[in-house]
Amino acid sequence: MSEELGFTLDGRRIPFQDGQTVMAAALAAGVYIPHLCFNPDFAPHGSCRVCLVKVNGRFQASCTTPAASGLTVQSETEELRNIRRGILQMLFVEGNHVCPACEKSGACQLQAVAYYVGMLNPHFSHFYPRRPVDASHAEAVIDFNRCILCELCVRASRDVDGKNIFAVQGRGIQAHLVVNTPSGKLGATHFSIHDKAAQVCPTGAILTKHQGYNVPIGQRLYDRKPINVVGDVAQLPESKGGRRHD
Amino acid sequence: MAEPESHALTEIVRDIVQRHSGMPTRLLQILRDVQDHLTWLSPEAINEVAQELSISPNKVHSVAEFYSFLYTVPRGCYDILFSDNITDRMLGNRELLHYLCDRLGVGIGEMRTDGTVTVGVTSCTGMCDQGPAALVNGYTLTRLNKPRLNRIAELVESRTPLEQWPQEFFEVSSNIRRADILLGRHFADGAALRAVLKRGPEAILEEMIKSGLRGQGGAGFKLAAKWMSCRNAPGEVKYVVCNADEGEPGTFKDRVLMQDFADLVFEGMTLCGRVIGAHHGFVYLRGEYRYLLDSLKATLQRRRDAGLLGTGILGEPTFSFDIDIHLGAGAYVCGEESALIESLEGKHGVPRIRPPFPTTHGYLNKPTVVNNVETFATAAKIAVEGGNWFASRGTAESKGTKLLSLSGDCERPGIYEYPFGVTVRRVLEDCGARDAQGIQMAGPAGHMISAREFDRRICFEDLATGGSFMVFDQSRDILDGIRNFTHFFVHESCGFCTPCRVGTSLMRDLVIKVHTGHGTPYDLEEMRKLGRIMQVACHCGLGQTAPNPVLDSLDQFPEAYQRRLRATTFEPAFDLNAALEDARQLTGRSDAGAYLNEEDLMLGAMP
Amino acid sequence: MIEAKLKIATCSLAGCFGCHMSLLDLDERLFDLTERMELDRSPLTDIKELGECDVGLIEGGVCNAENVHVLMEFRARCKILVAIGACALNGGIPAMRNQFDLKECLEESYVRGIGLVNAQIPNDPEIPLLLNKVHPLHEVVKIDYFLPGCPPSADTIWTFINELLSGQPIALSYTQIHYD
Ligand SMILES: Cc1cc2nc3c(=O)[nH]c(=O)nc-3n(C[C@H](O)[C@H](O)[C@H](O)COP(=O)(O)O)c2cc1C
Ligand code: SF4
Ligand code: SF4
Ligand code: SF4
Ligand code: FES
Repeated sequence: MSEELGFTLDGRRIPFQDGQTVMAAALAAGVYIPHLCFNPDFAPHGSCRVCLVKVNGRFQASCTTPAASGLTVQSETEELRNIRRGILQMLFVEGNHVCPACEKSGACQLQAVAYYVGMLNPHFSHFYPRRPVDASHAEAVIDFNRCILCELCVRASRDVDGKNIFAVQGRGIQAHLVVNTPSGKLGATHFSIHDKAAQVCPTGAILTKHQGYNVPIGQRLYDRKPINVVGDVAQLPESKGGRRHD
Repeated sequence: MAEPESHALTEIVRDIVQRHSGMPTRLLQILRDVQDHLTWLSPEAINEVAQELSISPNKVHSVAEFYSFLYTVPRGCYDILFSDNITDRMLGNRELLHYLCDRLGVGIGEMRTDGTVTVGVTSCTGMCDQGPAALVNGYTLTRLNKPRLNRIAELVESRTPLEQWPQEFFEVSSNIRRADILLGRHFADGAALRAVLKRGPEAILEEMIKSGLRGQGGAGFKLAAKWMSCRNAPGEVKYVVCNADEGEPGTFKDRVLMQDFADLVFEGMTLCGRVIGAHHGFVYLRGEYRYLLDSLKATLQRRRDAGLLGTGILGEPTFSFDIDIHLGAGAYVCGEESALIESLEGKHGVPRIRPPFPTTHGYLNKPTVVNNVETFATAAKIAVEGGNWFASRGTAESKGTKLLSLSGDCERPGIYEYPFGVTVRRVLEDCGARDAQGIQMAGPAGHMISAREFDRRICFEDLATGGSFMVFDQSRDILDGIRNFTHFFVHESCGFCTPCRVGTSLMRDLVIKVHTGHGTPYDLEEMRKLGRIMQVACHCGLGQTAPNPVLDSLDQFPEAYQRRLRATTFEPAFDLNAALEDARQLTGRSDAGAYLNEEDLMLGAMP
Repeated sequence: MIEAKLKIATCSLAGCFGCHMSLLDLDERLFDLTERMELDRSPLTDIKELGECDVGLIEGGVCNAENVHVLMEFRARCKILVAIGACALNGGIPAMRNQFDLKECLEESYVRGIGLVNAQIPNDPEIPLLLNKVHPLHEVVKIDYFLPGCPPSADTIWTFINELLSGQPIALSYTQIHYD
């Protein structure tokens, strides 16, 4: 046991196995590092940048940084909290997040991470982009206003469901999620609410129809306890207020 | 151009795809060729390409949407793009742009209704020493002025094919103003290859170590370490990639090397192939340098004919190496080595997660060396002349020489080769920049320095640079440049990561707010905070360096900001009165209540 | 503790008065509050003219010229300005109209509406002109504190006001912060 590999995270020793990232090792050790585009069922993506940590004094995304012996990693510092909050604020002003009108509110990972980093307001100027809502599918609806381009649905549909239903198109601030059909409508695909892609969205962008208010506001996953205690909505079974149904 | 019949379209696409051996890695090249035929990539054309390559139409669409020279909406038969770097602006490109638009009766970025012509703008085309510049259907036009534009307008109206346009419109001068060991000494084609055959790869690597040569693309990674790591990486198949994307505004030295010293560059690549054990190389040539494509291909053929390329190089049966040229399509981020590799593989250019690095997982996940054009050219010389010869120039940490691309306010813009360690002041004297107030070093991603710092030295220990050197004289408004650069980054962000995708737009808006006289000290503080987040949190170098011009100029040229600030402590993020204009129009109102008066607005501005 | 009574003003811009309802939800704590604070201009008083105040609580975003006017006045007269509720923070529900041009919005209501006679977009000078987009407060004036929620609970408001009055740093508990 004394040979066990380990690094230090905020003063705490975190054991890891070869090939693990800082994020994965921390998660396995029960230490929360905020994240959005990371989901343990998928290869790391590194796009949201919320999981930023300081590794031996250098800023790096913990979900893409390989764990190594002797690393000193900082996560819960005032500096990182401010940066993470800034990134969250960017995500909020980039889209249209009207939480009071969103079925996902209270069980939304984006919102929960924003609470976790102490985001009281969106701070920046709003882009108010014009984005569609697609309710063409019988069982699911996509509200593109809430998409944060984490590409989890893209990865899930391509790598797990084998359906390749989603893609990101456009460059820079024009980048946007699309549905891979000539009409661009979800209803024209073989998407099913049993797909992995239906369970992984960290926001209210992909929703299952007819269940929006099964659990009343105020009794939802993150209404009482913070995400570092409760865990990711996509990783929890439906019986626990999560979204996973395997 | 008329819409081709659908079977004709199928034929055209099939033909092109076959010419590219039906390889999905050639997707970007295929789309370029299809667009050359059709002027734009219609949904039908995209479907045909997808079908021929057996990939999903949306994948093709994603690639088409990523590159700014690929169009998914109709474009005119003549597609004219003005280079919009700050150096073009200094030379009056905006006036010329409007002039041409007026003459042709077309709005900026729009296609004329008869489908003849589109006029727009694009990021720096690398002709800063001979601007204002533009591209027409991808071919470079230099030294634009009104008489030239008059003639161009006539040629467009008469639909004269490009081949019949006056050749001098397309003339690109090399403007080599100062030569040292790289540009100045004769090089006998094949000499480096003979050296590696005679002495073996290990000995050449020894020379590279001795030389201390560092990558000339900007990051300055030691060449020997990179080659060695790739040579030692497990795997039979390896690749050599020459980064000729040269997208950093104000840089044009790789253009000159590819135009006048292509043999030297190809020789460096071939040498690298022998050293690391690769048999295949790619040149990733930026789309803006398409005018070089034919001559480069001819040079490659000449080298094959001379036994310097292909199989059995110099008669050595185990020495085979060949080079393909890939043409980019307007994406600065594809200069980042991993995005470049993605692009080479036919995808959109989003930088990969690193590690792993290209030396172990590069093109098609095989070990790959990516080096800058200048780096390869220099390596070829070192193989012949030896590491010590090279290391005798320069400074302790920066051996040898560096090519600088000088532009902006100076009498003799062009290429200057200096030993590392030269002072900024010396460079300014040599190029005839008498009245400089500031230099944008290493392009918008680099650093802005003011006259106080002109004694600093150009080398990795002090001012590192990929080569861009843009001079602003006393008559210039520094903020014009900063605003131009923030636009550049908004346009070039790939959109993958949050702080760059969103941060570049936020930064541009703040700069515009201050530039147009609506800013307060609060906004300057906002710029600093935002810039700090971008620097540390972005996924790749583009976003990490995007705030540099703003942050530097805030420190170096505070007065450029201060004199524009309002006396208030806070100003709205948008123009309140302008935001009522739609309502005024819709109601036809112009009474006092239809406007916000200045007193009201001042009330809230001073807490 | 504070000797002179603090003066506080409130108003609702492009909001639904839900945040003011939450304020009323303070119930008997309101008596406690009035011991310590004096209410200036507010929908809860009849005061029309805003006086010099210590604290201004603003519900709702900014959707028209009158909102701008009122907000500016609050900024000028209140030492501390507090944005209360989702609409004040990010435009909220009213900002959903930002998905459309103003023309579309007005025509939908006043021209294409069912049963309209002589339909036209109203142009009476008494009616404040609409901004082409709804904006949160912080895009128009400097805001000192933000209380999220739709609405923030009475508890959140109570904690906030207490801490503000006692000069403490504002520390809301996890359940007191929510965006819905
Ligand atoms: C946004 C971005 C753009 C870049 N553009 C170029 C380029 O145009 N040419 C280049 O040689 N290197 C460019 N680089 C650096 C490359 O990633 C890489 O370091 C370089 O090609 C390695 O070659 P060298 O070691 O010979 O310099 C760029 C880097 C970034 C982050
Ligand atoms: S997706 Fe989450 S953050 Fe966005 S509106 Fe819905 S609940 Fe709010
Ligand atoms: S829809 Fe959801 S899962 Fe898909 S990219 Fe957007 S935020 Fe991520
Ligand atoms: S910093 Fe991020 S968004 Fe910007 S170019 Fe790099 S990967 Fe793309
Ligand atoms: S969770 Fe690491 S970058 Fe998104």
